[in-house]
Amino acid sequence: MATIDSKIPKGPLAEKWTRYKNTQKLVNPANKRRLDIIVIGTGLAGASAAATLGELGFNVINFCMQDSPRRAHSIAAQGGINAAKNYQNDGDSIYRLYYDTIKGGDYRAREANVYRLAEVSNNIIDQCVAQGVPFAREYGGTLANRSFGGAQVSRTFYAKGQTGQQLLLGAYSALSRQIAKGTVKEYNRREVLDIVIIDGRARGVIVRNMLNGKIERYAAHAVVMATGGYGNAYFLSTNAMHSNGSVAMQAYRKGAYFANPCYAQIHPTCIPVHGDYQSKLTLMSESLRNDGRIWVPKKKEDAEAIRAGKLKPTDIKEEDRDYYLERRYPAFGNLVPRDVASRAAKERCDAGFGVAPSGLAVYLDFSEAINRLGRKAIEAKYGNLFQMYEKIENENPYETPMKIYPAIHYTMGGIWVDYELQTSVPGLFAIGEANFSDHGANRLGASALMQGLADGYFVLPYTIQNYLSDQIQVPRFSTDCAEFDEAEKAVEDKIKKIMAVQGDKTVDDLHKELGHIMWEYVGMARTKESLTLAIEKIKALREDFWKHVYVPGKAEDLNIELGKALRLIDFFDIGELMARDGLNRNESCGGHFRTEFQTEEGEALRQDEEYSYVSCWHYKGEGVEPEMLKEPLDYEETERKTRNYKN
Amino acid sequence: MAKSINITLNIWRQKDAKTKGHFETYALKDISTNASFLEMLDILNEQLVKEHKEPIAFDHDCREGICGMCSLYINGHPHGWETEITTCQLHMRKFKDGDVITIEPWRSRAFPVIRDLMVDRSAYDKIMQAGGFVSVNTGGVPDANAIAIPKPIADEAMDSASCIGCGACAAACKNGSAMLFVSAKVSQLALLPQGKAEAAARAKNMVAKMDELGFGNCTNTGACAAECPKGVSLTNIARLNREFLCAKLKD
Repeated sequence: MATIDSKIPKGPLAEKWTRYKNTQKLVNPANKRRLDIIVIGTGLAGASAAATLGELGFNVINFCMQDSPRRAHSIAAQGGINAAKNYQNDGDSIYRLYYDTIKGGDYRAREANVYRLAEVSNNIIDQCVAQGVPFAREYGGTLANRSFGGAQVSRTFYAKGQTGQQLLLGAYSALSRQIAKGTVKEYNRREVLDIVIIDGRARGVIVRNMLNGKIERYAAHAVVMATGGYGNAYFLSTNAMHSNGSVAMQAYRKGAYFANPCYAQIHPTCIPVHGDYQSKLTLMSESLRNDGRIWVPKKKEDAEAIRAGKLKPTDIKEEDRDYYLERRYPAFGNLVPRDVASRAAKERCDAGFGVAPSGLAVYLDFSEAINRLGRKAIEAKYGNLFQMYEKIENENPYETPMKIYPAIHYTMGGIWVDYELQTSVPGLFAIGEANFSDHGANRLGASALMQGLADGYFVLPYTIQNYLSDQIQVPRFSTDCAEFDEAEKAVEDKIKKIMAVQGDKTVDDLHKELGHIMWEYVGMARTKESLTLAIEKIKALREDFWKHVYVPGKAEDLNIELGKALRLIDFFDIGELMARDGLNRNESCGGHFRTEFQTEEGEALRQDEEYSYVSCWHYKGEGVEPEMLKEPLDYEETERKTRNYKN
Repeated sequence: MAKSINITLNIWRQKDAKTKGHFETYALKDISTNASFLEMLDILNEQLVKEHKEPIAFDHDCREGICGMCSLYINGHPHGWETEITTCQLHMRKFKDGDVITIEPWRSRAFPVIRDLMVDRSAYDKIMQAGGFVSVNTGGVPDANAIAIPKPIADEAMDSASCIGCGACAAACKNGSAMLFVSAKVSQLALLPQGKAEAAARAKNMVAKMDELGFGNCTNTGACAAECPKGVSLTNIARLNREFLCAKLKD
């Protein structure tokens, strides 16, 4: 059986990263020019990595699916980015950011990686300001901060409700500068369909040009995947329409371990579902919980009257409202972490107190904040979010509370990486949401942007050199070899097989069915039975796909349906893997809630003795059960406690 | 409250940049007014696929108004006639039963049609590559609070920076000018101390690239700002003109 070596440097937690940097191998400038690196993706992690590697002098080949690198879904992140600057003098520190992240992740993240993340967080803010990112500022000209869930300090930097956009445009501008210099070659509207392995190392990719369907080959000394998360396995999520887990699945099939697939984050504040034609769900930023108060009616009859359209939320008197987060978690109130807030909303709705015609919504109310601060102050902070809400719901959130409900938002699980962000396939690296390492079983708000940029600007550009230092004698690769031939043929065969089915179901029909299975059986509350059933149902659906899918047009052409079909095949496998992992993990932790494992008060009940490990799934062939390997999470500094947000 | 409407769509179909395009008419029944405009097109495409016809190609991704990918000309307006909205944020409740809706791609010399409603906007990337950045490498930068930036300046830079690069400005302009796009980036970086050092060169290089790529000249008609989904204002163009003039005077 393979063993897991996470390559965590020796020494005290706070000194590991410094020690690593002091002793790692580097590549000199003349040799950098001779080395090629493929970066897949142009989100915060991909764009920052590609730009930084280009600046260092490597030759970078960068791919994105959209028409421009600026469109990657990091652009949609709203609320902010955390850093341990302690500019507010409210007691923040690197240690505290690290501690909050480990605790927020329900003690299922890797200690050394999280500490490093907290350490480099401050560099990120400096870097972004130097690039001209227009962060919000105080009247004195210094940077402003706000609070996010799971923290008692204000450490979140923001640019209106468009922080992800501004950070991504910063990384995109750095990337644009390198493209102009010729150190980065950018390929847009390309979808990576396979990773090519030569002599056990990742050496290239097989790519489909989405404009003409042509299959292309690219070779390099190393491959970096920055391809985001796999939340679209649920069909409806806050992810963009093209967000997918396909590169992760290709890496998995080539031997990269898939770690903790069952850890998916369900975000508490999303606009509720309203029809079967719906294509995606829209997030309302967590930052709104700074000023918004979450409630449902105290009386069931009031909730029923609201659902029937006989009462309006503004008709409900103050004393008849149940601010259930403030009631249950006095210390953190409305700013409890996402997993806790989501489960609490589900609990109220399941108990019959939900609002909206479906009964699957709770209120996020700003009336108290508007009375206290004035409408103008609220508009300045959240104007674009309120506008977004009004466009979708046709209701004015300044006058009536927002209706919100949890939705799939982020996946903490992902491709397993060691301390150097290298996967179990030598030469293949995974950064940003695509890897698993920093958020454990639940990610805190404003930490995804931090992790993406930490990996891309400040971690990978160091650690990849430790790998490349012994590759300097390896000449540039030709794509004209048996390994590329074989990988390309496998891709072409798969496409031919899809095109040959000519059935009677559309790709979306099948994807929606998968989404229902995932939400129903692998959603917010899971049981042994539901997860077992999910595996069976996904297997049946996969067979259904291969019998009934219909993809129009030709393979060698711009073919949108074919692209969707290719991604759906991988979502089947991811869904199954998520269910399998959830079934193995007989405990509740963070985003993984097993109904059998809860406290009397309905909180997640971890089983530290048995499950303080990363589950690493190792592919064993199509239709064969994967092998599960364990990376023990040995904490040197952190004491595992029951998460407490009550006092 | 949700209701359903029947609509007729006139949609531009074009195989590629070289082939002549034409309008095709489609009737859609029972569209929920709660559906978004792009969800309405999804419904149409599902219908077309089920009839074994080629679905309509259009660009979209985040569907929450920020990625800038969606790009439809609806009844003569980029992103429809509503102000400060992207196509993906437009909802069917804005239409009436029996409406005829005309949908076209961006029409601009610098944005050739790829297929149907999909266009090639890589010209905007090329303009960014010509100077839309601060020349700073990763690492070795000062502390983020080392330079105080007055709040009004930071806020103004943020307003300029809110451009999503969708191309509606150039598509709306009778001259096909990209001035609003270029000026938004030039303004954002010229306003901030970090971007001042290269402000003159940036303005010159980005404008030169814009001209080279076939965008037209600005004649101050203001259609760009009126149609901008993010409300990027014309004052950016005034600032670009100032920066550009100063740069030329220094030459």
